[in-house]
Amino acid sequence: MTSSRLWRSLPWNGLGVLPFVLFAVLFLLLPTAHIVAGAFVDAAGGFTLKNIFNLFRPEIINAFWLSIRLSLTSAVIGCGIGFAIALAVVFGGLPRALRGVVMTFSGVTSNFAGVPLAFAYVATLGRVGFVTVLLRDWFGVNLYALGFNMISFWGLTAAYVFFQIPLMVLIITPAIDGLRREWREAAEVLGASNAQYWRLVALPVLAPSLLGTLALLFANAFGAVATAIALTGSLLSIAPILLFNQIRGDVLGDPHLGYALAFAMIVITGVSNGVYVVMRARAERWLK
Amino acid sequence: MAYLDLSALEKSYGANHVVKSFDLGIEQGEFVSLLGPSGCGKTTVLRMVAGFETPSAGAIRIGGQEVTHLRPNQRNIGMVFQAYALFPNLTVAQNVGFGLKIAGLPSREIALRVADMLELIGLPEMGSRYPFQLSGGQQQRVALARALAPRPRVLLLDEPLSALDAKIRVSLRAEIRDIQRKLGITTIFVTHDQEEALSMSDRVVVMNGGRAEQVGAPFEVYNQPKTRFVANFVGTLNALEAIVTDPGAGKVTIQGQPLRLPQAVQAQAGAVLTLALRPEAVHLHGDGDISLPARIAELQFMGSVIRVNAEHAMGVIKLDLFNKPDTPPPAVGEDIALRFWAKDLIALD
Amino acid sequence: MKRFWAWAAIGVAAVYFFLPLLGMLEFSLKMRRGEYSLDAYASVLGDPQFQASFGYSVIMAGLTIVFGVLIVVPTVFWVRLKLPRLRPVMEFVTLLPLVIPPIVIVFGYVRLFNTSSWLPLTGSALGTDFLLLCGYAVLSLPYMYRAVDTGLAAIDLRTLTEAAQSLGAGWITVLARVILPNVLVAVLSGAFLTFAIVIGEYVFAALLDRPAFGPYLVWAGGNKAYEPAALAVMTFALTWGCMALIQAVTRFSKHTRMPR
Repeated sequence: MTSSRLWRSLPWNGLGVLPFVLFAVLFLLLPTAHIVAGAFVDAAGGFTLKNIFNLFRPEIINAFWLSIRLSLTSAVIGCGIGFAIALAVVFGGLPRALRGVVMTFSGVTSNFAGVPLAFAYVATLGRVGFVTVLLRDWFGVNLYALGFNMISFWGLTAAYVFFQIPLMVLIITPAIDGLRREWREAAEVLGASNAQYWRLVALPVLAPSLLGTLALLFANAFGAVATAIALTGSLLSIAPILLFNQIRGDVLGDPHLGYALAFAMIVITGVSNGVYVVMRARAERWLK
Repeated sequence: MAYLDLSALEKSYGANHVVKSFDLGIEQGEFVSLLGPSGCGKTTVLRMVAGFETPSAGAIRIGGQEVTHLRPNQRNIGMVFQAYALFPNLTVAQNVGFGLKIAGLPSREIALRVADMLELIGLPEMGSRYPFQLSGGQQQRVALARALAPRPRVLLLDEPLSALDAKIRVSLRAEIRDIQRKLGITTIFVTHDQEEALSMSDRVVVMNGGRAEQVGAPFEVYNQPKTRFVANFVGTLNALEAIVTDPGAGKVTIQGQPLRLPQAVQAQAGAVLTLALRPEAVHLHGDGDISLPARIAELQFMGSVIRVNAEHAMGVIKLDLFNKPDTPPPAVGEDIALRFWAKDLIALD
Repeated sequence: MKRFWAWAAIGVAAVYFFLPLLGMLEFSLKMRRGEYSLDAYASVLGDPQFQASFGYSVIMAGLTIVFGVLIVVPTVFWVRLKLPRLRPVMEFVTLLPLVIPPIVIVFGYVRLFNTSSWLPLTGSALGTDFLLLCGYAVLSLPYMYRAVDTGLAAIDLRTLTEAAQSLGAGWITVLARVILPNVLVAVLSGAFLTFAIVIGEYVFAALLDRPAFGPYLVWAGGNKAYEPAALAVMTFALTWGCMALIQAVTRFSKHTRMPR
């Protein structure tokens, strides 16, 4: 009797999630924790902040700075163009079927990142690429003579924008759908012009969603490795490529610096994702 | 000409004729309800007055000025929507002051007017709250204040109570009417709830299929419905079949019992005529021009009123009895006599 | 006017998106000098390394889906039914793979499971395969969890479970016969998305040194001229196929789901 009661009082309910907890701890939390801890440990195993300080070397600072600029630029451009497309789809008075096409296409292209994207890009804007040849033969414009280079800041930005725009469309379209017709009508009947409605109501209402998605796009670009590697080899020194090379063969000459590098990346993507979560919560609270 | 004048309004979307030759004149300070089932065109009429829809034909005038083709933001109209439609990014005070800010009033004046409006709706402390922090009833009162703050010429209410709980709905009815009287603002109220329309309005417009079936004071519309639709839609109704014996004298028989209606009948002798009877006009005790034997089929105790379904030879009659604490209600299955007066019968065409 | 700008926006976007796709298609057909041909495709399909790496990735994707479903579905079910207070924690944990860059996670694997560690998974090929499988399951976790969670939110889990139990069903039966059919659409959506993610994945496979399709793609990109474009076209078609299947099952379910 007592033993069966004891048996029953054990937290059996917790047992149902044990496989998941085991999986998450072993293959997600523990590896990450190992990296974070490694960033604060020296070769002898003692606590130190030296690894973090060592990050402030020109080659690492430059890599992070390039990564941040690249991610921010591609996120801002992706946000702007994606927002325009979403607005056109929702308010543009376009055929209804077009909306489904745009959304499906966005779903595909936002997942069409990585290596194949780089190939498509080379085939288009490479030295013998489709557009390069088109411009040269039909319009007499030589892109490469004009200083264009795929393996450059703007070259890589253009490639990143390719998956940033559809991601923006996918995330922001539901938010724009959340703008209620009555808000526009209420503003109108109170004397507001279309511009005043957008400035005073619609854009402020969308602001958290826009800002949050910008943060998400930033993190999305910051962690991306494959496109850059396939496009540039290891020529362009951005933070994830630096880490990639470090993992392959300790190029920094200090194993613990790799941990610090990874830790810094987590901090940056963590902060931008935090912004996204906070902003999304705010937008949802409003749109209820 | 009336202050707000709608003349020969038409609206069609392609082949779909939503509003048909709609005429209505509303005096300054009057509270008029558009009552009808969904799809009857009442909301379309309201949206044409607001300027969200352009009439296919006809004219709208406010205070003698034709506004038919003015944009909504040039009409100086206040509107309250079914689902509050408060701007979620603005505080209560900013919402109420929105129209004033657009109009370019100095901020001191805006603050004063907003404070007045919040006082008027009984939420003086709520100015710095956000809409999502308010209950539905509070939000709708703020929406009313927002619509009234720029002192519009006309107030339009589009089913403002239908998203609210039953209790708040009833208390807000009185509050809206009270504020409307205090400000003396010309008001159109759209609803599908006949109780709301009857209890709040100076006049009710009963609409069906894009037309106004009847326009009149609540008492008139309820007691003297002009058409079968109005009689059916406004309040509960019993239908009785009568056979005309002498049309000129208004003489008919109901189940063989002779009866003289107060007015002449537009039918030939021998024709079957449908007469309508309100539940509250039927009695179980006392006198009447006629007495039909019946049996009680169902009783609904509703508090102050007991609704009875009584079966008689030709169908079921609903009647309302007042609850009297010292008299127990009749029992189901009991045989009774239904009595009523000829003057309470409404002849429907 | 508004419509003009809307069409303009869509038009510009269409050009931006179709040019690279058109570019890669055109390029992939140019292998034979002076005329369009499918030579690049033939060369790719005939490459034994392609066959091996593509086959490896397809198998890995399939295993990832099975593994992911086995981990996620019972957990979501159990949390919704018995431990609703854990839901915010679940939300947070399943969001982490989007927050932590994949390269950092795999870095953790390399260091945590190396040959001299307490769990030397990277010591053997089979162990590394398993590690890669877990990595892919982690990558797909946010999508799988959300798909299944939304799917389960749409049905009255408690009533269905209690109804099944009152008829004598055990937990396994409840999961397999009652819950899974009801969230099949959600699971399938998650599965196709997982497939699209895993098939061309590069960082995990490269750093764990497994012969997957992603590293093969990068190798081909560095060593061949026209084949990469052909590979990109094929990958794009594959991604498109996965998305089309997601749409198809979602639409199909709308017709078959009973009115509630």
